[in-house]
Amino acid sequence: MSAVIRPAPVGFTRADRMGAWRVRWNIGRNRYRVEPGLYRVGQPGPDAPVVVTANYKLTFDVVRTALADRSAWLLVLDTDGINVWCAAGKGTFGTMELARRVLEADLSDLVSHRTLVVPQLGATGVSAHDILEFTGFRVVWGPVRADDLPDFLDADMTATTDMRRVTFTLLERIVLTPVELSYAWRPRVLLAIAALVVASGFDVWGFSAGAVVERGGWLLGAGLAGLLAGAVLAPAALPWLPFRMFSAKGALLGAIAGAAVGFGALISLGPLAALALLFGTTAVASYMTMNFTGTTTFTSPSGVELEMRRSLPWQVGAGALALVLWVASAVVGVVS
Amino acid sequence: MSGLRYIDGVTTLKLDADACTGCRVCTQVCPHGVFEMRDKRAVIVDANACIECGACALNCAYGALSVEAGVGCAAAIINGWIKGTEPNCDCDSC
Repeated sequence: MSAVIRPAPVGFTRADRMGAWRVRWNIGRNRYRVEPGLYRVGQPGPDAPVVVTANYKLTFDVVRTALADRSAWLLVLDTDGINVWCAAGKGTFGTMELARRVLEADLSDLVSHRTLVVPQLGATGVSAHDILEFTGFRVVWGPVRADDLPDFLDADMTATTDMRRVTFTLLERIVLTPVELSYAWRPRVLLAIAALVVASGFDVWGFSAGAVVERGGWLLGAGLAGLLAGAVLAPAALPWLPFRMFSAKGALLGAIAGAAVGFGALISLGPLAALALLFGTTAVASYMTMNFTGTTTFTSPSGVELEMRRSLPWQVGAGALALVLWVASAVVGVVS
Repeated sequence: MSGLRYIDGVTTLKLDADACTGCRVCTQVCPHGVFEMRDKRAVIVDANACIECGACALNCAYGALSVEAGVGCAAAIINGWIKGTEPNCDCDSC
């Protein structure tokens, strides 16, 4: 029995565009996948190249549209709907999965050559010499970006230096920020924010709705300012901010945003509350930007661990100080 | 990548020059230009650009490269601390 070969869809439709937009906002991102296995792009014959990719639909769509004006075999690995680089890091875009798919697709009967074009970023999970040993196929490392596939294939499968380098341009950074923001609207985070806002309605005289609006409103504003500074502005401005540590980059923008919020609240809530908002905003922004390390293309685990050991005490300290000042401002504000 | 450099002097990447055969694979798989060929052997020319992704070590058929590979992600490291395991990125953020 011959293996199943599916035709790859043609064109980039409205539905594909909508799907891409949704996953960028972290909506159904873990379910955005295609069936793994072998696909036909165009009318590939035995000489057509075999291009390997992941079953994240966003990735699959980029690769098949890059190959749209030619014929190729597209071998899609089961990465649980994760992109090539992350899946390679997890090992799902890996040596064993690739070897298994090559054998299951009966590739050695289907094509006359013995070459697999594997995306370079898959090298974190795929060992080329092991693939050769297991399958008889030689791995040729393809370009980092699928857009470069046509030029790479036309150049007898040789990559320029630029094709081999990971970039992290302003646009590449900005498309990633909605997912960072989406972490803030997880239920437990929303619940914690709601609890803080309501708790801000208490002072020594008891609870008042007016205080919830007034103090809770400023608290919410500070949280939003910290979130925007840390999860949107800092990632966008990453190369232009001083310091190597992300936590410091985020703290800088957070302090600026926090100072603005604190200054705004100074007259109505007093200096203690203003300071609390400043420290709170700074801590939130610093932490959010530190979390962006995992999204970037140039951070090492050794570096991130060092950064965290140095930064977490400061972030926790600033957050605790903000909380103490916030409670104190509720008490003192009434006394004075 | 100008301006996009991370903390210097921390990478665990090591190259055993005697074991290198000059096959060039590390120069192909490294996404940050850490290696260059000099006198038909690979040399580390930009260690501080290394992100410890492990692609070079996994693809060095001669065992000339070693690195403590992993993901440079704060959330994954926190996950590891909480669960008492290696850093793991089962948090769906990448």
